[in-house]
Amino acid sequence: MDAQFAVAGKDFAISVTDKTAASSIVKMKHNEDKTYELTPHTLMSVSGEPGDTSNFSEYIQGNVRLYGVRNLQELTPSETASFVRGELATALRSRRPYQVNMLVLGYDAKAGDASIYWIDYLAAMAKVPYAAHGYCGYFLYSVLDREYRPDITLEQGMDIIKKCMVALKTRFLIQYSDYTIKVVDSAGVRVVSMDDI
Amino acid sequence: MSIMQYNGSAVVAMVGKNCVAIAADKRLGQRALTVDMDFQKVFPVTDRTYVGLPGLATDVKTLSDRFRMRVNLYRHREERVIEPETFANMVSQIMYERRFGPYFVEPVVAGLDKKNKPFICGMDLLGCLNYANDFVVSGTASDNLFGMCESLWEPDLEPEELFETISQCLLNAVDRDAVSGWGAVVHIITPDGVITRDLKCRMD
Repeated sequence: MDAQFAVAGKDFAISVTDKTAASSIVKMKHNEDKTYELTPHTLMSVSGEPGDTSNFSEYIQGNVRLYGVRNLQELTPSETASFVRGELATALRSRRPYQVNMLVLGYDAKAGDASIYWIDYLAAMAKVPYAAHGYCGYFLYSVLDREYRPDITLEQGMDIIKKCMVALKTRFLIQYSDYTIKVVDSAGVRVVSMDDI
Repeated sequence: MSIMQYNGSAVVAMVGKNCVAIAADKRLGQRALTVDMDFQKVFPVTDRTYVGLPGLATDVKTLSDRFRMRVNLYRHREERVIEPETFANMVSQIMYERRFGPYFVEPVVAGLDKKNKPFICGMDLLGCLNYANDFVVSGTASDNLFGMCESLWEPDLEPEELFETISQCLLNAVDRDAVSGWGAVVHIITPDGVITRDLKCRMD
């Protein structure tokens, strides 16, 4: 039931997640941040089984940061995504797998490009220009297919995000009141207020 | 719908005159929802051997990584490049290793051996080898591929003729399958090198 989607341009990536922490039919929290900063230039948004999401994400975050400290060299977004997939794939064939869907967004300073890696709970991974998970996908892929161009600017990216939110508002049974919007680019990760877009 | 049809895929390999071809679609989906239209299912093993991995996308990745590791270990230990038939047996062994919790992939191996003799073979998810000297098909569109290959394939096709044949077989097979298609890639393996071409496809 989480909203989770992302759009990437040539040198930026935008992550959107809703802010609700739900338990059954009850909203337990209205300001939950479902994203994790793995390196200064890599962000991971998560959805899925409530306990698994934070448990797995914090494990990944700890190990990716440990790698940076040990090797004085941060993992690139593609390396980070491969690591996440590997850990999830190993857990998949264990007694109790993690049920977590992820989007790994990153800016590779050396290559100078931004990317999104779509990873589902089965640990299938794909590098994509735009992505969505769960019910969101059924509503947003049509909007994203129509609006997305490979050479979009950050402003155009934000316009697409807005159109996605309108699509969810008009057609999706569940109403999301607030979203966490984060941008990953050469400057690192920053939060964008809902009022600014 | 079984887990083999969850992501959708189609892979075909064909024998020609001193050449082989392997082709695959590029769709990645979650049942009826298409997520990616540039998902590679065919991987180079050596300069003259390719492996196609249709099935569950997570296992496509896991297996391609494992094969790469095992082939590199083989190269270091034996100080030579692995032959397609040896590689097929290696794949079979890796698949059967998981007899009671299998990888949900039905691999296809295609390559030229050291005498430039074409080699293709298919496998089920447990690693049971299926050798062929015409064509092998695998994935969700395998029934359609069988029909196309039976009617279009003929012996001793030259590389360019083989390219046309395998392309038409794949393209027309995935058009009648709801969960595969959305782009395709063809590799023609000849003694002089590999020709790789991306095909445009119907996107519905």
